[in-house]
Amino acid sequence: MQTPFPHRQTAHCESGVIANLLTHHGLPMSEAMAFGIGGGLFFGYLPFIRINGLPLTTFRTTPGGIFNRVTKRLGIGVACKNFKNPDQAMAELDSYLGRGVPVGMQTGVYWLPYFPPALRFHFNAHNMIAFGKKGDDYLISDPVFPEPVVCAASDLARARFAQGALAPKGRMYCITAVPKALDLAPAIRQSIRGVCRSMSAPFPLIGTRGIRFLAGQLERWPARLGDRRAILYLGNLIRMQEEIGTGGGGFRFIFAAFLQEAADVLGESRLLDLSQRMTAVGDLWREFAVAGARHCKGRAGEGEDFGDLARMLRRCGEEEGALLRELASLVR
Amino acid sequence: MQENEVPQDEALFDGMSEVCYALDQSGRYVLAKSAGWEPANIANLQAWDVIHAEVAAVLARVRAGELSPLAFHMARHQMDAKLLAGYAGLFCWQVRRHMKPAPFRNLNPARLARYAAILKTTTEELCRLPERSGAAGVDTEPPLPSREG
Repeated sequence: MQTPFPHRQTAHCESGVIANLLTHHGLPMSEAMAFGIGGGLFFGYLPFIRINGLPLTTFRTTPGGIFNRVTKRLGIGVACKNFKNPDQAMAELDSYLGRGVPVGMQTGVYWLPYFPPALRFHFNAHNMIAFGKKGDDYLISDPVFPEPVVCAASDLARARFAQGALAPKGRMYCITAVPKALDLAPAIRQSIRGVCRSMSAPFPLIGTRGIRFLAGQLERWPARLGDRRAILYLGNLIRMQEEIGTGGGGFRFIFAAFLQEAADVLGESRLLDLSQRMTAVGDLWREFAVAGARHCKGRAGEGEDFGDLARMLRRCGEEEGALLRELASLVR
Repeated sequence: MQENEVPQDEALFDGMSEVCYALDQSGRYVLAKSAGWEPANIANLQAWDVIHAEVAAVLARVRAGELSPLAFHMARHQMDAKLLAGYAGLFCWQVRRHMKPAPFRNLNPARLARYAAILKTTTEELCRLPERSGAAGVDTEPPLPSREG
């Protein structure tokens, strides 16, 4: 059984899955638009949450948040289900596929055989779509891969029941009802308001305040942790910002692309200027990653000690804050 | 980032490419294929270096008789006791106990088989250590990614 499925490679898995699912159901949508309407842009530095002993830094909202917001804001009907029993979870998947319905799933990446070995960590918030089954193999549209892939049933079952932080518990979801046409404008306004609000939230660890806080911490890492651990912390930060799935610059470029599309939908040319500025902010984040990576390699040049890195971060935070304030005033 | 500046620094993806967002000549965003980016590669390989070091340290302790072979196979799969306990449906303290040589030797075959299945190996392999080989002394199967050369 196999349903034709419009696979497109995207930068980020969750926004890619929802964009591809909507496109399949006759509502063509780009990844950037899904990311934007899902209010994907965020920043959080949460040192009390440790991953492999390193503090968590996130450039996006909580897993599942993009999907939930897109479907809610656009009035799309979804069916979601978690499971305790892998056999039941796979049987349910088969029954949907038998009816020709593509199914989105949350999985871990560690057990996925088609993943390049260098990216196999115990990361559990990956998303993909199954759109068919051939014998014992599932046909998978994994949005971070160029082409659809094939995954054996036993491997998929393992990935769906991966353990650890954010365990997927066999979570699967599919679209059950779609409106005749999408009314994007109100959803775009609402999502931009939401992003501006969460990025300027009055908590020290998140949003632009969080970036400033991280800069202050980063400055003190060498003294507090010693050079070796400071470099591990820094490398981890760069991974969260740039590793596959971010589209570059810690999701800032995807959001800039969303602002371009939003400008067309809302007929608001000022959004184009803000998109350009968001691109510039993304470029600043990239510069930070370049300088940071040189540190990790022990090749830091003139003007690139941790104090300088912190200054670069503060600049990212300031530019982003100013931009988001203007953005908020545009959609009020 | 401009479309013609999209980095093509291959290292991690096994010939696959990811997409990232870049501006075309008219200033519109397009999806552009990238083979990877050096700073991200450096950060990723650094993470693997940490894992390699951890595996080597655990292996040395297993050889010294401080830990059971289970501890080595866990390290190889980047697992701690809590994670493996989740997979095995055991308590954390039980897994921690099985990471010691004496309790591990007394494990019944069913429990060993369960661990072996979770770690994608056989019971014999689970009870064995890799042969000493190479300078690093770590021979892992499947091999963990590492810097070339």
